[in-house]
Amino acid sequence: MSTNNILTIQGLNVHYKDLQALWDVSLELEEGKIVSIIGANGSGKSTLMTSIVGLNTPTSGTIDFQGEPIQGLPPHLAVERGIALVPEGRRVFARLSVYENLMMGAYTSKARQNKDIMLEKVYDFFPRLKERQNQAANSLSGGEQQMLAIGRALMSEPRLILCDEISLGLAPVIIKEIYKRLKKINEEGITIVLVEQDVKRSLKAADYSYVMLEGKIVLQGEAASLDEDEVKKAYFGI
Amino acid sequence: MESLAQPILNGILLGGLYAIIALGMTTMFGIVKLVNLAHGDLMILSGYFSLAIIAQFDINPFWSLIGIIPIMFVIGFVIQKYLLNRVLGSEMEPPLLVAFGLSIIIQNLLLLVFTPDAQSLKSSISVQTIKLTEYLNVPLIYLVDFLIGCSVIFLLSLFFNKTYIGRAIRSASDDVIAAQLMGVDTKNIFAIAMGIAMITAAIAGVLVGTTFSFYPHTGAQYLLIAFGVVIIGGLGSMKGVLLGGIILAEAQLLGAHFTSPGYQQLIGYLVLLIVLRIRPQGFFGQAH
Repeated sequence: MSTNNILTIQGLNVHYKDLQALWDVSLELEEGKIVSIIGANGSGKSTLMTSIVGLNTPTSGTIDFQGEPIQGLPPHLAVERGIALVPEGRRVFARLSVYENLMMGAYTSKARQNKDIMLEKVYDFFPRLKERQNQAANSLSGGEQQMLAIGRALMSEPRLILCDEISLGLAPVIIKEIYKRLKKINEEGITIVLVEQDVKRSLKAADYSYVMLEGKIVLQGEAASLDEDEVKKAYFGI
Repeated sequence: MESLAQPILNGILLGGLYAIIALGMTTMFGIVKLVNLAHGDLMILSGYFSLAIIAQFDINPFWSLIGIIPIMFVIGFVIQKYLLNRVLGSEMEPPLLVAFGLSIIIQNLLLLVFTPDAQSLKSSISVQTIKLTEYLNVPLIYLVDFLIGCSVIFLLSLFFNKTYIGRAIRSASDDVIAAQLMGVDTKNIFAIAMGIAMITAAIAGVLVGTTFSFYPHTGAQYLLIAFGVVIIGGLGSMKGVLLGGIILAEAQLLGAHFTSPGYQQLIGYLVLLIVLRIRPQGFFGQAH
């Protein structure tokens, strides 16, 4: 095991009542990298993400973040440690303004100290958010809401950002722009996890990729070395 | 015309009192989708706390708030954290039943301790009036009710809009999971919100006690008023609560003026039904 790992998951099993969603999942994230998790609907990608931040309690297995076990911690503590989840479906605070949404991102006592610097930074990354800072979040377009969700996650000054299906339902131009921003965020040393259904895009953007099928990891490797057809086969389980 | 001016004026002022009666309930509904059936009883409980403090220290009822506000905050916090939070979930019925049980317990405790006699909080301003014209008088206590009601609504909106905790409460009411992801301990935030709702109930209880008389069972009557205000104004809306209060109070007082005081309640709720027919989400409520 490399000592450079920011997150290490070993033998993770997660159940929803009688249904097992994750089967013995092990995964390592190297600090400063972009890692993609590819899989079809229902393959367990989102469950893996929500388990990392504590929205699910694993039945067994360990999750270590920066060398400390975090499995079973309540979600509001994960962000304090430096893990931010950009949740599936964006989940921006619809009735709060863009500015207020971003301020909620800096809710933890640590993040509050640098909130003005971070706000400037987020507005730099996504100038459109600044233009719309006083608008209610539900008046934004889908792409802008996604930028807001990412910006909100950045406000907490995370070491690790988990992006769950950020390109879902967005126009290709917007997706491209968002991916460009993510690359820039990554260049600042923030580790990024991309959960995607789109095989091609995730292989292109990531340093390392995992493919999930029916709650298990079925394929992994350096993104550049993975063959697209091989990944597609693993994706569909054929 | 002059005979109409008095009920209209009184209606506006009384509307401010109705608004603060409903304020805590609309807050909790907006945040946790919780219909606090014990809201009226907790308000009357504050009235009895004030009564007990006045009996002990012989002070003006408004001064007793210094003691009652923290007590009611703690009561609200504890009720939410250790009782209602445990039954919060996808269904609405369990918290409704717990609140209903709480209502019965409070009523009977008050009956036991304070007897069923009518009580009121005596203050010199309860009986004073300001003479505007020959025909038009402002009962001073109504004016105080209105001003305090408006100030509390104003301060509460300021709190919700400008503070971290206020924003956390609003964000949790939008999306609980997302709020947790921001680092908000939502269970704790709900308890704080209930504590704040109970502060407004404490102030409402003392105002009601100085304006009218109350009994251990009066809570239900004010719960009904709160329901009316919240439905007319729009569930969970701060702006709506003042408008709802004024509309309900005007309907009652003008109704009483044109028919007889006996029909006051009936007409108030007829107007409520009409509002429900025309605008079911209330004036400032969001349509679903």
